[in-house]
Amino acid sequence: MLDLATPTISERSALKINPAKTCQPIGAMYAALGIHSCMPHSHGSQGCCAYHRSHLTRHFKEPVAATTSSFTEGASVFGGMANLQQALINIFSIYNPEVVAVHTTCLSEVIGDDIPTIIKKAREEGKIPEGKTVIHANTPSFVGSNVTGYSNMCVGIVNYLAEKSGESTEAINIFPGWLDPSDMRELKRLAEELGVKYTLCPDTSDVLDLPQTGVYEMYPKGGTPVEAIKRMGDAIKTVALGEFTAHAAAQKLNDKCGVPFEALDAPIGLTNTDLYIDALRRIAEVDVPASIDAERGRLLDVIQDIGQYFHEVPVAIFGDPDHVVAMTRFAIELGLKPKYIFSGATGRAFENRVHAILDGRFPDAIVKQQGDLFELHERIKADPVKLILGNTYGKHIGRAENIPLVRFGFPILDRVGHRLFPTVGYRGAMHLVEKISDALLDQRDRTCPEEWFELVQ
Amino acid sequence: MSTEATIPTGTIEEVEGVTPDALREQMLKGLPSKTLRKRAKQIVSNDPETPPEIGANSRTIPGIITQRGCTYAGCRGVVIGPIHDILHITHGPVGCGYYSWMTRRNLARVPEGQTNYMQYCMTTDMQEDHIVFGGEKRLAEAIREAYRLFKPKAISVYATCPVGLIGDDIHTVCRLAKEELGINVFGFSCEGYKGVSQSAGHHIANNGVFKHMIGLDDTPNDAKYKINILGEYNIGGDAWAIDELLKKCGISILATLSGGVSYDEIINCHQADLNVVMCHRSINYMAEMMETKFGIPWFKVNFIGADSTAKSLRKIAKYFDDKELIDRVEEVIAAELAVLRPIQAEIKAKHQGKKAAIFVGGSRAHHYQDLFGDIGIETVSAGYEFAHRDDYEGRDVLPNIKVDADSRNIEELDVEPDEARFRPRISPEAKQKLIDAGFAFSDYLGMMREMKKRALVIDDISHHELEHLIKTWKPDIIGSGIKDKFIIEKMGVPCKQLHSYDYGGPYASFAGAINFYKEIDRMLSTKVWSYVVPPWVKDRKAAAPEAPAEEQKAA
Repeated sequence: MLDLATPTISERSALKINPAKTCQPIGAMYAALGIHSCMPHSHGSQGCCAYHRSHLTRHFKEPVAATTSSFTEGASVFGGMANLQQALINIFSIYNPEVVAVHTTCLSEVIGDDIPTIIKKAREEGKIPEGKTVIHANTPSFVGSNVTGYSNMCVGIVNYLAEKSGESTEAINIFPGWLDPSDMRELKRLAEELGVKYTLCPDTSDVLDLPQTGVYEMYPKGGTPVEAIKRMGDAIKTVALGEFTAHAAAQKLNDKCGVPFEALDAPIGLTNTDLYIDALRRIAEVDVPASIDAERGRLLDVIQDIGQYFHEVPVAIFGDPDHVVAMTRFAIELGLKPKYIFSGATGRAFENRVHAILDGRFPDAIVKQQGDLFELHERIKADPVKLILGNTYGKHIGRAENIPLVRFGFPILDRVGHRLFPTVGYRGAMHLVEKISDALLDQRDRTCPEEWFELVQ
Repeated sequence: MSTEATIPTGTIEEVEGVTPDALREQMLKGLPSKTLRKRAKQIVSNDPETPPEIGANSRTIPGIITQRGCTYAGCRGVVIGPIHDILHITHGPVGCGYYSWMTRRNLARVPEGQTNYMQYCMTTDMQEDHIVFGGEKRLAEAIREAYRLFKPKAISVYATCPVGLIGDDIHTVCRLAKEELGINVFGFSCEGYKGVSQSAGHHIANNGVFKHMIGLDDTPNDAKYKINILGEYNIGGDAWAIDELLKKCGISILATLSGGVSYDEIINCHQADLNVVMCHRSINYMAEMMETKFGIPWFKVNFIGADSTAKSLRKIAKYFDDKELIDRVEEVIAAELAVLRPIQAEIKAKHQGKKAAIFVGGSRAHHYQDLFGDIGIETVSAGYEFAHRDDYEGRDVLPNIKVDADSRNIEELDVEPDEARFRPRISPEAKQKLIDAGFAFSDYLGMMREMKKRALVIDDISHHELEHLIKTWKPDIIGSGIKDKFIIEKMGVPCKQLHSYDYGGPYASFAGAINFYKEIDRMLSTKVWSYVVPPWVKDRKAAAPEAPAEEQKAA
């Protein structure tokens, strides 16, 4: 099991081993699924679409419909206009979505297909039915990572759809960043509990967490409707939850329609949820109901009750940057000791953001953008941790080093909880506290000397 | 047509009151004209006596929701990926390497002293400046770093779409690295846009394995009955199950291409006396090339299904024409079937007459019909994801297949007999005697000859067609892949993934067949589907029985 890693940190400049990221288009595909009645379309080789659909399906265990331009060598030489136009005809005739959300791939980016021109031409030639919408985002795989693709599609959604009529909706826009449907559902529940009028976009709840009814619907009831997205330009304010997956869309909406925004982190953990609740109540000028105080209090109570087992436990946190940033703050709240904080994302912004949260209190912590899991493994071998917080790709390190892995983030390919229970909000935090304490105590129960194996803890 | 064909009797007149032709019309109705013309060729009503021509291995229609993947997936993911002790480097942006990292269930048991590189995703993670200025230097450095850190015996490099477009010469980089490092380093130009599906990647992989690995180690092997299994990928441990079975018979497998296999086994596997082919589609090129160069004959086998497994074992024994082996094989079959038959009978009694549909791969949609058939389940519709006409209609159709531009782009190696190493494994007389007795070499019957008349054969099924099939013919179970699984199950039909086996298996050999019977019995007997409608729905005043989804929402 992963026996190549040694305690020496290898010097590499060209070889990435076990990346902690993937490429842009999967993020664009996921974001597009959060628009109601939307067909994500991958403009490139069909393998990209197949890989992204497969991976999203493995994570959600739900149908993921998406189409592809199915480039062949000819299209790669002469451009993909004919393929995209034919795809649009087929998609609208056969699958009849309200929206087609096109994203590019490294292939169509390298050949330089001009998507807006192709869409314009298709519309002029009547290949896009009246009343139907086609939007796009450029998502070159050789720039950024999966979160960039998510962010770019969110920007594309705003760019194409949001409008300002001048008549206020009195609503708050919420850009949730890359979260699971269970999280989106929880964000909405909290907003409703506060009595706040809101538009969540994208919204994958009721799209990728469907009940078993015996009936398949290609476009289930969930997803943000185009009409609602259009009116986002008339909102009073935007709350954007995540620097890497939400802030750019909020900025775009501000630039385009003059809707100001508050830039927060993903509401994972106590403080991050406080900031979310506080932003909503300030903007909407409402009182926070006692029911939310009670939820918060129950979370705090359980943290206090079980905190002794978290105290100074060294932890490695890895995954997508918004998840890791928010989780790092929560880990500190729990009393854990962040030791390795890795993201595959590119750019110093991630490291700066994490250092701001660590606030000099963890001088030994190693924070790494463009990190890969091989280096994480090497570092763990050199100086171990007692807990790993990350996605399923951490399971090999966990097994090799006998360290419990608590799964969170994307993707989770081998467990089901993320589909059912949120990680955001106070309830999400309670769920995480349960998972983390279970993992630490199970490990202790399995490995401690018998005389210290206790019934009560 | 091969003398081995057993034409199935009977006709599928109709299913759920709808004829195959009517269902076909339903699928095609309303498609845009260009799409309709193309799909009409890819959906045919079967005739096992004279299989009709089917549109296959043709370009995927943009926008139709296909199952298909790309050339890179077929090359790196399917054929080369399972070789566990080669260090694999994907040259390209991060995604291609990432998605082909441990997602296919080609399992490996790694002997002490060997390394399992399958748990690692190594990629050059190309960034924008490499796209602009070229990625050759980065690739060369990545190979150097990989060697410095891990000292592998071989490094294999895979090109992704942008690499081909910007013109990185991966083969020169590999050649120079080979000279510099003194280990085997080779590359595959398997850019995703080549060909029309994974199939092109299989061909490119076959060529590369043949050029860069086959025949490198001439160490003699003195085992008595030496064979290779070609086109077996050890999904869910299938290759191990076959290996175990053949060992019981006294047959040695030198290499399984490519599943549960090491580099050393592959470079020595030309010492075998026979190649048997499981997946014709993905590896028939290798079988042909090894026969031409080394004189190793090949024939098609199928270890999926009890009767097919027995038939395949007997065929191998007959080829070696040794009474001791023939007797041993009969003993093994008798012992295995003694265990299998009662289980098969019990499960068959429960499910006899149920209907399956299978849409997967380039051979599994055919092979798994045997397994379903073992327990009385008839396959009423089937199709491949990336097969060619010969996989449907039989290999004798090969001379009639028009080679289009997409196939022409894939290199055909010019293979000559190796003067020093060519050795006929069977005398021409003995071979002719077998052929005269009905023994088929270098042949594949195809799927259609073994399906009932008017069964609906659908190449590269699209989502739209699958929905019609389920709603109209209501199959009891469907064999498909991850992208379709939850669509099918949302419609209330159990779906067995036949790429990943839903993380179960093995299903090959007699032992595997028992696993499969039990798994299908579980899927068809589960109570979960009976709970779909909540108990109060029947009493609901505003009940709308035809739309349980709406009822649940209202609840």
